[in-house]
Amino acid sequence: MSEHLPALQVVVPLLAAPVCFALRNAAFARAVCLAATWSSLAIAWTLLRQVLQSGPISYALGGWPAPLGIEYRVTVVGAFLLVVVSAVASIVLLYDRGSEQQRLPASRHYLYYATFLLCLAGLLGIPITGDLFNIFVFVEISSLATYALIALGRSRRALLAAYSYLIVGTIGATFFLIGIGMLYQMTGTLNIEDLRQRLPDVLDTRTVLIGFSFLVVGTAIKLAVFPLHQWLPNAYSYAPAKVSAFLAGTATKVSYYVMLRLIFSIFGVGFVFATHRFDLVLMPLSLAAMLVGAIAACYQDDLRRLLAYSSISQVGYMTLAICLANVQGLAGGIVHTMNHGFTKSALFLVIATFVQRTGSSSVGSVAGLGRVMPLQGIAFLVGGLSLIGVPGTAGFVSKWLLVLGALEKGQVWVAVAMLLSSLLAVVYVWRVVEKLYFGEPVASASSEDGESEAPGPSGSALWRATPTALLIGLVILLGIWTEPSAEVALAAASELLGVAR
Amino acid sequence: MSRELTPQPGSRRRSARRALREKLVLRVMSRLIVPLILLFALYVQFHGDYGPGGGFQAGVILAAGVILYGLVLGVERARAVISEKVAEILIAVGVLLYGSVGIASMVLGKNYLDYDALGEHGQHEGIIIVELGVGIAVASAMIRIYLAFADLYRTEADE
Repeated sequence: MSEHLPALQVVVPLLAAPVCFALRNAAFARAVCLAATWSSLAIAWTLLRQVLQSGPISYALGGWPAPLGIEYRVTVVGAFLLVVVSAVASIVLLYDRGSEQQRLPASRHYLYYATFLLCLAGLLGIPITGDLFNIFVFVEISSLATYALIALGRSRRALLAAYSYLIVGTIGATFFLIGIGMLYQMTGTLNIEDLRQRLPDVLDTRTVLIGFSFLVVGTAIKLAVFPLHQWLPNAYSYAPAKVSAFLAGTATKVSYYVMLRLIFSIFGVGFVFATHRFDLVLMPLSLAAMLVGAIAACYQDDLRRLLAYSSISQVGYMTLAICLANVQGLAGGIVHTMNHGFTKSALFLVIATFVQRTGSSSVGSVAGLGRVMPLQGIAFLVGGLSLIGVPGTAGFVSKWLLVLGALEKGQVWVAVAMLLSSLLAVVYVWRVVEKLYFGEPVASASSEDGESEAPGPSGSALWRATPTALLIGLVILLGIWTEPSAEVALAAASELLGVAR
Repeated sequence: MSRELTPQPGSRRRSARRALREKLVLRVMSRLIVPLILLFALYVQFHGDYGPGGGFQAGVILAAGVILYGLVLGVERARAVISEKVAEILIAVGVLLYGSVGIASMVLGKNYLDYDALGEHGQHEGIIIVELGVGIAVASAMIRIYLAFADLYRTEADE
C-alpha cells in the first residue's frame, strides 16, 4: 500500500469530506475529520522520510505515464509543505470548543467539517501534484472552501470579508489560469518537469514573458505580497477562530510553494533573475512588506488584525528569500513556512481563548489576563518571541538562515532591514505582552463570571489548551533542536536550485 | 442562517408566481416535456462514453427537468420529488461513487483510478461508474442550489 501514499495524501481528506457531508451529524463528522487529518499527517510524514532517503517519488494517476497523464510528484520541498499543512490542520482541529463562534446552527455543524476537509484536500494537493493545471484545480478547491469557511465568522463583517476575498481570489486564480494557457500554447505541455525541459526553446518569446507575469501576479495575490495584501487582514480577523488559525498557518505557505515552483522549477533562475531582473521588483516589495506590515501591526487595536498585519510582514521575509536565490537564503524562506505557520497558528488560538473569555478582541481587553490565565499568557509570550526571532524559538532559525543568505550575497543592507523589521515586531508584541502582565484587569462582569470557565475549569480549559501547548512546544522544540528542520529545508533549497549539496 | 437576509417579497412577485401556475399552456406543456427531458438526460448519461455527453451534461439536463417542474408547478411539488436532505446526501453519494472506483482500483493493485484494474473491460466499466457518480453529484447539486434560492422568496401564500 505504501506506493499509493501520494494518491492517498489527497484522496483521504477529499473523500472524507463527502462522508462528513452525508453523515449529517457533527459528532460523527468531527471524528471522521480528526481521523482524516491525523492520517494525512502520518502519510505526509512517511512521504517526507521516503523522499529524503530515496529522492523524488512519481505517481501516475490512472496509470497514465507522466507527460500525458496527471503525475503526482513528491519532492523534498513539497513533502515539507505537506507536513506543515497537515500538522497545522491536525492540531488546530483539536481546538474545537470555539464552534459557538460560528454562524451555523448546531444542527449544521457537520458542514464546517466537510468544508474544512475540502480546504485541506486542496491545500495538500498543491504541493504534491506535478501538473501545473492540477495546481490550479487544487487552488480553486482550497479557495472556494476558504471563502465558505471565512463566511462562517460570527460577525456580519465576515460575509463582507469573505466576499471581497472571493473577488480578489478569483482574479488571482484567473490570472493564474491565463498564465497556464499561455505556457501551454507555447510548449504544449502542462507537466512541470516537461515544462522545465521544453521552455528554454521559447524563453525569449513575449508570450512566455507575459505568461510568467500572469502566473506570478496571480500567485502573489494568493500569497498576499505587499501591495496585493488587502484581503488578508479582513479575512483573518473576521473568520471563526479555528479557521484563522488554520489559514494563517497554511494558505499563504502553500501559495509560497507555488511561487517557488514557478520561479525555480519552471522558469529557472536564469530567466527570472538574470534576464529579467525580477528581483528588482520583488526585493523592494519584500522589504516594504516587512516594514509596512510591521508598522501597521503596531497601530492595530484589534488583536487578530495585529496578527494579520504581522503575517504580511512575515510573508515579506519569505519572498525576500526568493530574491536571495542562494541555498541558505532559500532554506530560510522554506523553513520559515513551518516556523511561522506553527507560531501564527498558536497565537491565533491563544487570541481565540482570550476572546472567548473577555468577549472582545481589542488589545485593551486582555489587560491582566496573563495573571488570570498563566498558561495562555506564556504561550502568547513564546509565540511573540518567535515572531520577533529570539534565539531559542523557531523564528530565530529561519531569520538566521535568511541573514546568512543575505550576507553570502553581500547584501548587508538586507540584513539591516530584517533587524529593523524584527525591532518593529518587538513593539507590536510588547504592546500585547505589556497589557497581559502589567495592565489592570478590566473588572467587567463577563470576566468575573467566566462563563466558559465556570462549568468545568479543569476539563474544558485543559482540552482547549492542548493544541496551543502542542504548537508552542513545537515552536520551542524547533528553536532548540534546529538540525532536522534546517537540514530538510537546506535539502529542499538545493533541490530547487538544482545544486548538489 | 440566511433567514434575516431574506428580502421581503413584493406583491408583484407573488402574483407573478401564482400566474405561472395558472397558465394552462405552460402547465400542460411542461408536464409533457419534463419526462422527455429526464429521458434525454439518461441518454446523455449512458451514451457519454461513445458519443458527446457524459455525467456533467446529463446531470445538468436532469436537474433542468426537475427545476422546470418546480418553476411551473411550485417548489413544493419539486421538493416532494427530491427534498433538500435527499439532494445533499446524493451529492455526497455521487462523489463517493467516483472516489470508490479509485479506491477499488487501488485495492486491486493498480494506481488510483487506473480502470484496467477492474478487469478486461475495465476502461469501459470504470468510466461508466465514474460518470454516473458525476451525474448524480451534479444533478443533486443543481437541484439543491435551486431549492435554496427558491426558498428565499417562499411566503405563506405559496404553501
